[in-house]
This record gives sequence, structure tokens and C-alpha cells, in this order.
Amino acid sequence: MSPPATLVWLASHELRLSWRDWLSLMTAGRRHRARTATIALIVFAAFMHLLAWSMVGPYAKAATDKATLVVMTGCLLLSWSLLLSQAMESVTRAFYTRSDLDLILASPASPRKVFSVRIGRIAGSVALIAMLLASPFINVLAFIGGARWLAAYGVVAAMGAVAAAFAVALTVALFRLIGPKRTRLIAQIVAAVIGAAFVIGLQIAAILSYGSLSRFAPLQSGWLIARAPGVDSFVWWPARAVLGDAGALVVVAAMSLAILGLAIAAFSVRFGEHATAAAGVSSTVVRQRRSAGFRRRSPGGVLRHKEWTLLIRDPWLVSQTLMQILYLLPPALMLWLSFRESGAALAVVVPVVVMAAGQLAGGLAWLSISGEDAPDLVATAPITARRVIWAKVEAVIGSIAFVFAPLVAALAFASPIAAGVCGLGVLIAAASATHIQLCFRVQAKRSQFRRRQTSSRVATFAEAFSSIGWAGASALAAGGSWLALLPALIALGVLTGVRVIAPRS
Amino acid sequence: MIQHRPIALATRDLCKRYDRPAVDRLDLTIYGGEFYSLLGPNGAGKTTTLRMVAGLLRPDAGSVAIDGIDALADPVAAKQITAWLSDEPMIYDRLTPFEYLEFVAGLWRIDAADAERSANELLDWLGLAPHAHERCEGFSKGMRQKVALAGALVHDPKLIILDEPLTGLDAGSARQVKNVLKERVRAGGTVIMTTHILEVAERMADRIGVIAHGRLIAEGTLDELRLMAGKETDKAGSLEDTFLTLVGDAPAVIAE
Repeated sequence: MSPPATLVWLASHELRLSWRDWLSLMTAGRRHRARTATIALIVFAAFMHLLAWSMVGPYAKAATDKATLVVMTGCLLLSWSLLLSQAMESVTRAFYTRSDLDLILASPASPRKVFSVRIGRIAGSVALIAMLLASPFINVLAFIGGARWLAAYGVVAAMGAVAAAFAVALTVALFRLIGPKRTRLIAQIVAAVIGAAFVIGLQIAAILSYGSLSRFAPLQSGWLIARAPGVDSFVWWPARAVLGDAGALVVVAAMSLAILGLAIAAFSVRFGEHATAAAGVSSTVVRQRRSAGFRRRSPGGVLRHKEWTLLIRDPWLVSQTLMQILYLLPPALMLWLSFRESGAALAVVVPVVVMAAGQLAGGLAWLSISGEDAPDLVATAPITARRVIWAKVEAVIGSIAFVFAPLVAALAFASPIAAGVCGLGVLIAAASATHIQLCFRVQAKRSQFRRRQTSSRVATFAEAFSSIGWAGASALAAGGSWLALLPALIALGVLTGVRVIAPRS
Repeated sequence: MIQHRPIALATRDLCKRYDRPAVDRLDLTIYGGEFYSLLGPNGAGKTTTLRMVAGLLRPDAGSVAIDGIDALADPVAAKQITAWLSDEPMIYDRLTPFEYLEFVAGLWRIDAADAERSANELLDWLGLAPHAHERCEGFSKGMRQKVALAGALVHDPKLIILDEPLTGLDAGSARQVKNVLKERVRAGGTVIMTTHILEVAERMADRIGVIAHGRLIAEGTLDELRLMAGKETDKAGSLEDTFLTLVGDAPAVIAE
């Protein structure tokens, strides 16, 4: 065992905490679920390998030519933007979760060492998650194309390390620029925008240039390949490393470690100072505008108003809604272009909107129905439980209508029928997601939202399949096909299944 | 005499069972305008009893009547005249105390003008007026508990049910809460409260009930309890002595 308060000792402590945190996330805090979680992980991994086989299998024999390097680098940048987004969220969480901060700062251990290890832990967890997510693709490529593809694991780990370094630098910069109070919200929004921006940017480029939503279309264009640097350029080192170039891999790994080391050396002390400042944020005063006075509202009205007020004041929700809206930009652009030219592309717009509505409604429904911070107050109020639930459902559907109505209205200019189908799809997808959350409702704090998907994986999958079903049905219905009944029936089957297996309250 | 007042709360044969009986055929009678303190060791069934009275738990058997209203048959009517406050203040971090009280008044269908007047009075009494338009997220435990108490009182309940309301409060906040409760009782309200702070029960309660293993093992004024304990131990003393004598054969069990 290493001596206390050394880097190794602190790292092993952080590692143990990370492991238990991950285990708790997988088993939703119930240890007896470990076996079920393992089986589910194996099934999921098998499914992902099959999916990866169909997606990347044909590219396993790729040569190191310029076209391949361009596409590969584009894919790496896409993935890195998501990693950076994930790392920023982890760093923000590390800043704002008080947990053991008082203990650490009150101890004689060197804060520089402690926070160096903490930044390292963030880098490690980001890299590990990235390697796990990439593993089906890398394994399939290695199986078909040879062991050279295994070098991709090293590149993914390096990307995780660099993402963590940039995330720390960005968040510390935000702290210095706008202070701890505003950084929390802004960092979440920046993380969401970074995660979405590159994907969306490529999609917008694809729509403008090729009339397609595929983000790979611009990467495969002759125009870009012709203007890209030569194959020997250092720009392609990460891509070359993925393709099995050992020299490039060593350089990429060394550079990423150097960047992470620099970030740790430069920011570990500041990290501690800012974490202390962030811990004091909860005691800062947020003053609201003085209201005119109490307004006359029915109990249902006050419940709806309360839900909407809390939703508007929820920074997480603001960032998530912004991200949903950002993801809707490409289909909106496509809609605008097709309105100008022809109505052929509407079949792509409708399912994207319906799917987004279902997903957003799932989150809102959890916050409203399960994430009630004063359950005793509501339960002891002279109002029936049924009326309470209805008011919350109305709040969710009202919010969805507010977000999606402008898009459906815009769609109506291009095709009133498609707009009608889309509007109906949005409502049904939102109602279905809300129904699933109702069936699996648990009593929780709003702050536990991040863990909602681990508390019931059945609900999470049901929510996703139901949204996909209604999105498919809407797309086919907008195209005038009777086949729309098929995905609609599948979605209804999911909802029926949910009713059957949902725990009785 | 207190017994001539109307009955504010009556439970008869109240039962609730988890792995073991938590509340076992409990009969409680509390009169209007009375401050009643329910004492007992951990796991005695105090919180379970109060949660059943407040309508948060359904009893396995027995009845609950609040101001003559059958709370199990007509829970909405019973809740209209009842308030519940637990030791963990349940408020919304992103609402201000003013918004919170407006929300509570709306749930209880109180006239907006009356509720606003009452809310401003309560915020003033509890020292929350300067913070009325600040979000509760930065409040201390004491301030949060005072906001929750204001919420419990804003609809002018006849029966106020409090489960360890003074836990974690500093001396100043505890004094403010006690004063507001005394004022309510003086105005004709009824309070039933559990507490581990025996001095509070000793100073504030008109009558004290001692519960162990889900059963009421003693009930009366402090003098009556001393007498009961004195009969058994041949000595009289503080409420702490009395309480420990009464529950001496009812050791603490697992947490409620």
C-alpha cells in the first residue's frame, strides 16, 4: 500500500470512488441488480457489435489514402466534440458538487496533488467511456481488417485526455470571465452547444451543398478532398494512428499526455480555488422580480404555473431544450429549402420533429411527475391525486406545444397535411412519453434527474422505442402511406407492454 | 375543562403494519385549542401515526376523524382544515417564499387577497419579510423550515400536525417557530407535535402522549405523567426522568 496523501494513494481513492459510482449507476444503487446489469450489458454489447458490423464493416480494409484520411479525421473531430461536451459536464459537476470538498481542504493533504488527481480522474473517466462506446466499432474493424485497428483504442484514449484538458481550461476561463454563479448555467449550455454544433454544422453543410441530412456527405466531397493537405501532413496523424501507423500513434499519445499534463500543472491550484468558490454559490442570493400580488387560480392552475416556473428556472432544462432546438435547426433549414423549391423533403422533417418532441417530453414528464421536491405538501393538499397528476400532464403537454408549435406552423406553409400529421405526431409522442413516466413514477428530487435513466431502464427503452415508433408512423402518414399503421401499432404495443410490466403503486 | 371542548382529532383502533406492527390499535383524542405533544423512543410509531392522520399513509385498519370529518372517507375535506410539517422542510428551491405561499394558498383554494394578507403577516412574524422575493435555494435549514411553517399556516388550518419541526433549528429560529405555534393555539388552533426535545414538550404542551411499540402507554398533563411515573418508581422529577421511567421497558427499536 502506498503512503497516505501521495499522488498514488489519492489516485487509488479516486479510482475506488469512480468504480463505486459507476457500479451504482449501472445497478441504480441496488447491489442485487449486478447480475441483471451484467447480462443487460452483454446483450447490449452484442447488439452494438452487430450494429457496428453493418455500419463500419465495409470500411475495414480501408487504405491510407487522402479520401479515407479526410473522412476519418472528420469522424474523429465529430467524436471529439462530443467528448469535450461530456468532459465539460464532468468538470462542471466536479466544481459544483460539494461532497468531500470540506474534508479535502481541511486536511493537511496538498490541494495541488488532490486536484491534479481529480482532473486526472475526469480525463480517465472520459477516456474510458469513449473507449467503451467505440469498442464495438474498433473490435469489428480489427476482426475484419486486422489487429492494426486496435491502435484506435489509443487514439480514443488520447482524445479523452485532450478533451478533459480543454474542458478544464474552458471552465476555468468561464469562472474567471463570468464568475461561479453564472458559470454553472453557461458551462452547461456551452457543453450542449459544443456537443451539437459540429454535428449540426456538418448537417447544414450537407443540406446546403447536397440536399441531404447525412453529415458524411461533405466529408466525402471531391471539393474538400482536393483542397485538403497532402497525406504526409501532420493534420492526419490522429487518423493515421487509427489506421495502425505506430509512429503516428506514439506522437498522438505523447502529445495528448503533454497537453493533459500542462492542463494539470496550470489549473490544479485554480481548480481548487474555483471549486471552493462554486461551493459557496448555493448560498448566494437570487432575487426574483417582485410579483404584483397573489393571483386567483384554481388548484390545477397553481400546479401548472408552479411546474412552468420551475421548468423555466431549471438550468439543465434550458441547456437541454436549447440542444433539442439546435438539433431541429437542420430539418428546419431543409424545410425552408424544400418550401422554396419542392415539398419532397418533408418526409425527413416530420419524424425528426416527432422524435425530438417524444424525447423532450420524457425529460419534462420526469421532472414534473417524479421530480416533485415537496411531495408531502402536494399529497396533504385538499385536491385529489388524480387532479394533481392531470395538472402535471397538462404542464408537460403545454410546454411541448409551446416549443414545437412554431415549427409545426412553419411546416403548415409548406404542406398543411404534413403539418397536421406532424402536430398530431408531436402530441401523441409527448403523451406516450408522459404515460411511460407516469407508469414508472418514483418519488425523487429534481436534482436526481441525471440518474433517472438508471432508475428504470425499461422506462428509458420504452420511451425511446415509443418515440421512434411514432416518428416512423408520422413520416409514413405524411407521405400518405397506410404502412404508417405498422410503426403506430408497434408504439401502441410498447405502451401496452409498459402498462403490463409497470410496478403497481 | 379541556375535555369540554370539541374534539379536533380522534383516532380509533388505528393500525399500520410493515414487517412488524408500527402502530397498534392506537386511540388518540385531541381537543380543539389544545397543544398536544407525542413522545416516544425511535421507532415507536410517532411519525407513522402522524402520516396516517395527515393522509400521507393509508392505515391498515381503524379510523381517523378530524373535526368530526372521517378523514379516510372524505380525505379532501379533512385536508382542507389540516396542515402537515415534517422535520425535513419540503419547499421548492427555485421559488421565492412569496411564490411558495401563493402556490400553497392556491392549492387550498384560499381567496387571493386574504391569502396575501396572511402570507405577509407570517413572513413578517417569522422574520422572512426581507427575503420574501429571494429564491429559497440559498436559504439555511432554519429559514427553509420557517418558509415551510408559513406554508403550513397560510391557509389557517384548524389542526396543525408537526413532526419534529425544531430539528436542526438554531435557538432564535426555534423561538420564532414556538411563538408562532403558541399564537395559533391561543387563537383556537390545535397542534399535535412530535419532538425529541423534551424541554419543548414540557414548556409548550397542554397534554403529552407517550407512545411505544405503536401503542399509547401514557397520556396526560405533565403533572399527571409525573404521578404515573412516580407510582411506578416512587419518585417524581423532570419530564426526562418521567419519560425514561415510562418507556423504560420499551427500548428503542429500528428507525421509523
